[in-house]
Amino acid sequence: MDNLLKLLSQNSQFSTAELAAMLGEPEDYIQAQIKEYEAKGIIKGYQAVVDWEDMEDSFVEALIELKVAPKRETGFDDMAKMCMAFDEVESVYLMAGVYDFALIVRGQTMQDIAMFVAKKLSTIDGVLSTGTHFIMRRYKDRGMNLTALGVDTDERSQFL
Amino acid sequence: MIDYSKYLNSGIRSLSPSGIRKFFDIANEMDNVISLSIGEPDFQTPWHIRDEGIRSLEKGKTWYSPNRGFADLLKQISAYYERRFSLTYNPSTQTLVTVGGSEAIDLVFRTLIEKGDEVIIPQPAFVCYNPLCVMAGGIPVNINTKNEDNFRLKAADLEAAITPKTKLVVLPFPNNPTGAIMERRDLEEIAGVIKKHDLMVLSDEIYCELTYGGRNHVSVASIDGMYERTIVVNGFSKSYAMTGWRLGYALGPAPIIEQMTKLHQYGIMSAPTTAQYAAIEALKNGDRDVKHMRDEYDMRRRLVVDSFNDMGLSCFEPLGAFYVFPCIKSTGLSSEEFCTRLIKEKHVAVVPGTAFGDCGEGFVRVSYSYSLKHLKIALERIREFLKEL
Repeated sequence: MDNLLKLLSQNSQFSTAELAAMLGEPEDYIQAQIKEYEAKGIIKGYQAVVDWEDMEDSFVEALIELKVAPKRETGFDDMAKMCMAFDEVESVYLMAGVYDFALIVRGQTMQDIAMFVAKKLSTIDGVLSTGTHFIMRRYKDRGMNLTALGVDTDERSQFL
Repeated sequence: MIDYSKYLNSGIRSLSPSGIRKFFDIANEMDNVISLSIGEPDFQTPWHIRDEGIRSLEKGKTWYSPNRGFADLLKQISAYYERRFSLTYNPSTQTLVTVGGSEAIDLVFRTLIEKGDEVIIPQPAFVCYNPLCVMAGGIPVNINTKNEDNFRLKAADLEAAITPKTKLVVLPFPNNPTGAIMERRDLEEIAGVIKKHDLMVLSDEIYCELTYGGRNHVSVASIDGMYERTIVVNGFSKSYAMTGWRLGYALGPAPIIEQMTKLHQYGIMSAPTTAQYAAIEALKNGDRDVKHMRDEYDMRRRLVVDSFNDMGLSCFEPLGAFYVFPCIKSTGLSSEEFCTRLIKEKHVAVVPGTAFGDCGEGFVRVSYSYSLKHLKIALERIREFLKEL
């Protein structure tokens, strides 16, 4: 894996000087490389990993399973496009296994999400069935511990 | 009240306990201390290696192993040295599995040294050599390696330390605490001196997989005429992040390994069985893990070296282990003052260079066996500390 991308996906706030030091490359090369990745669309954007749990304007997320009938010409892509168009939909994944798509859907309340699934998703032509799984708590997200559970605690003893 | 001192061996009483205990006590009493002082991998043992240990327990493999270690493990160790360093050791006569590299070091001293023999030990070095040498009846003769030599051992310094009583030279490279390595030409230079004076070598190669900048570790045993003079000590702790499994080994001439095995047999019986099953898996299928960890350490190493130089603490480029050894003389503080103030004022723990020999004065040991996130916070605090000095 490209080490620059690996480091940026761990922490996009490394300075170019730090990245240059870690990778043993000149700083202007690192800057150019990042620009190129952004231009090519390899780097799509930068986001903070937020623990929303204790925030006031909290929301609910659910993982929605979709079983669909693929189209002869376009396979699954048409269906993916339809799902992606909804603002409520955070993520769309094509799956191998017992169902075809997994969507992460966000709403203010469980009721919002239930209505969205019933009215918007299950009515799309080609959707055979849906299954809704509400996310109760996010323990780990994008590689980061979102809890106070001490999984990162350094348990090493003091030796030389 | 019994006066126990009359029962206690005078040699053991004369050993000083680790000089920086006091310093760690300060660290332990403080909150929010961020440490750069630990000398073991932050990685956990890779899962497939742990699995083999677990599987052996599930199968009920809970007995002693043969004294020397399981035949399969001996074979894998021998194959590893052949594969990595083109050195051939007979698994059944030249190989011994021990409880960590530390046991192997102790065995070498006790097997070779007679009362009054001198043992050359370059410093700064890991803390165990001098005390174990003393307890074996030897006299440690310390050579100070120097910053301007990148802390490598030089032939002239070695030659100057040799007397008619010298028997053994310890080569602790890649080095804890400096991160120094010995390259082939460095080893060739000192090999001439060692052969000329007919000495033996204990080569502690525990960090052999952690070398950087395209330098692969070179074992002194692979230098012409040195194979028959060298006992290699190595282990699984650093390469495979297996410190807690306590497993090491020694490789060397059969007549020496044979005598070491007797001591091991009476004192230890055999190395931990579960750990040996895990270690077989490590040697068979662990190359990828080693590479992964080395690459991670390397990125951290560059970040830390770069940061220290940028802060104005000159730091030679360490090419091995997972330590950097910046010079703090420009601050006007002693190593111990520097470390004590750093921990009190910024709650960052690093180890005074003097813990590894008097010649470590003016330096501190910084371990980069920590996550990048952790390192960044600690380095930022050190930067603040220096600004406020």
